[in-house]
Amino acid sequence: MKPEKKSVPMRQQPADERIRNFDEVPLGYSEEESLSEAFRCLQCVNKPCVNGCPVRVNIPDFIKALREKNFQKAVDIIRETDMLPCVTGRVCPQEEQCQAFCVLNKMGADPISIGRLERFLGDWALAHKKKQEYTADPDTTIGAKNKKVAVVGSGPAGLTCAAELIKKGYAVTVFEGFHKLGGVMVYGIPEFRLPKAIVAKEISVLKDLGVQFMTNVLIGRTLTIEDLFKKGFNAVFIGAGAGLPNFMGIPGEHLNGVYSANEFLTRVNLMKAYKFPEYHTPVKRGERVVVIGGGNVALDSARTAKRLGANHVYLVYRRSEQEMPAREEEIIRAKEEEIEFYFLTNPVKYIGDEKGFVKQAVCIKMQLGEPDASGRRSSHPVQGSEFTIDVDEVIVAIGNTPNPILRITTPGLKTKKRGEIEADENGKTSLPGVFAGGDIVTGAATVITAMGAGKRAATAIDEYLRG
Amino acid sequence: MIAILDKYPLAPHVYYMLLEAPLIAAKAQAGQFVIVRAAEEGERIPLTIADYDRTRGTVVLVFQETGKTTRLLASLHQGGTILDLLGPQGNPTEIERFGNTVVIGGGIGVAPIFPLARALREKGNTVTAIVGFRSREYVFWEEKMAQVSNRLVMTTNDGSYGTKGFVTDALKGLLDSGETIDRVFAIGPALMMKAVAEATKEKNIKTIVSLNSLMVCGMGMCGACRVTVEGVTRFTCMDGPDFDAHQVDFDVLIKRLETYTCEECGE
Repeated sequence: MKPEKKSVPMRQQPADERIRNFDEVPLGYSEEESLSEAFRCLQCVNKPCVNGCPVRVNIPDFIKALREKNFQKAVDIIRETDMLPCVTGRVCPQEEQCQAFCVLNKMGADPISIGRLERFLGDWALAHKKKQEYTADPDTTIGAKNKKVAVVGSGPAGLTCAAELIKKGYAVTVFEGFHKLGGVMVYGIPEFRLPKAIVAKEISVLKDLGVQFMTNVLIGRTLTIEDLFKKGFNAVFIGAGAGLPNFMGIPGEHLNGVYSANEFLTRVNLMKAYKFPEYHTPVKRGERVVVIGGGNVALDSARTAKRLGANHVYLVYRRSEQEMPAREEEIIRAKEEEIEFYFLTNPVKYIGDEKGFVKQAVCIKMQLGEPDASGRRSSHPVQGSEFTIDVDEVIVAIGNTPNPILRITTPGLKTKKRGEIEADENGKTSLPGVFAGGDIVTGAATVITAMGAGKRAATAIDEYLRG
Repeated sequence: MIAILDKYPLAPHVYYMLLEAPLIAAKAQAGQFVIVRAAEEGERIPLTIADYDRTRGTVVLVFQETGKTTRLLASLHQGGTILDLLGPQGNPTEIERFGNTVVIGGGIGVAPIFPLARALREKGNTVTAIVGFRSREYVFWEEKMAQVSNRLVMTTNDGSYGTKGFVTDALKGLLDSGETIDRVFAIGPALMMKAVAEATKEKNIKTIVSLNSLMVCGMGMCGACRVTVEGVTRFTCMDGPDFDAHQVDFDVLIKRLETYTCEECGE
């Protein structure tokens, strides 16, 4: 039987409705839709899709179980390697990973919508979750007993490392600096892409497994790495994530109303400024907002500004649409939401009013040159092409440096030039028993790459503790 | 949940709060701060640690009711709790044997000046404390400050207690007396710190200020607390809160502190 060429479309909130709320945009597959999509899968023996997955989810097998309507079995297969299926099903760039390797691509058909199936199963599992659904396999605890591991940071890298280690039988405590667990999944990625209630439920699965969590403890300040070893931890995993935001260093960036994307999104997502004044953290609700950058964070910022009531949201990116690092489906959704794109454009300065609030962004047109170190074509300003956009809010989304606290407070922990912790491919750092992974090692990347790093580090920690 | 062990007014709209926070107390040093989130809907705000007791595992905060969060804190009482407390954040103040030092506190800035003066004294410095309040009814911690300083100069704006005038008037008097001063520290409203910086710059005396910029994360991630120092963007929570007063762009700081004035008044 030849599979349908087109994948089953996902229903989503219409653009004119969704720009007035923070609810999730894509609505997820129903059971029926999931089954239709699952039956498009060719069940390839050599499983090319698995090679595209940073954590090697056994995709054909979970799809097979799904087809048999054995949803619990399907979820268990995913969770062997990915304890956050609701998250990865939503925010992974599947089009560049598993789905890019799907054989259907070569047959002129849409690849299997693996992410959507994963999301369906993850959501099904949370909806049918029983207390204490999972327990560690006692067989794996041999040799691991009485060993404690501290995990620094509760983002994707830390949670994955914690899940893998608890399954291996170690006692695991996760330390989080913020008051809420989830790292970038709660402060960075907006509600309309990843509902916070879902993140909390995924974390509750880890709690059931026995992972201990401590919030409001910043490793490096409240306790040092050395303190953790003194307290009896036998190994430490650092997944401290993103640090200070980059600015361009152009005039006017200190003006009121100029935000880093980190600050803007943290105010709105973590602190729920979109519910101000019910929630007490304020955020500027600009009418004319300029967002600088071309990645997912820039798009998240632009779409958030739109939902906060902006009449115009301009996305200013120095390269062309082709070079945008953001996910294609999010670019499409941003266009549906009437985000206005200025490609091949860069800001040169911001002008403020007498009270110090930004009122204009002066931009310059850019042209593309040769590919740079990142493989993308570099861009150069076109002389004399300056123009001005009237704005009352600017959001700078051009990346960040790794979090600096542990670099500053941990003697002997080697770091690279921009502050990334030096670690080998298994996360081993310059300090014995200390491992690291995620953005703190690689600089800003994706949720799933961080999860892959957390997983590899867990294997390395297990080897280290077994001596 | 953090237990409130004690709380009472020190002056009109100024409160003392003693919190049970053993991990923070164990590490706290002069110059460091905590991030407070009082309730589920609350903001995260930075407050400088005014005192700490490592044995009892307690920290002291002193705050003034100025906005929503400080009003919320003021409504809490002994036996109650605050939801979240993170710390100690920021770099401790650099304390060495400088020689003759002057510490200047204005308003609630007097509270964080106390552990600073104590640390300076413990290192063998001579400490002159200049503390300023609006008027007599706002005066607090006079005895505590007297215990940790060699000389205490009290000022009030209206002259109802101590010397009439601003802390900078007393400082200028000291500077003009010809006394050798090795280092000056100032904590208080941005305008006061700016005035102190201008006064000591003329005499080329190294001056350290503790900046009170707006913050959200307080741990080197969001960038809300950025300030301009030596013409470069720096972050109060990671690079500070102490900075060389003569390098700080106070006008940028003062304007950025007004970012949410509209939102605050419209609540």
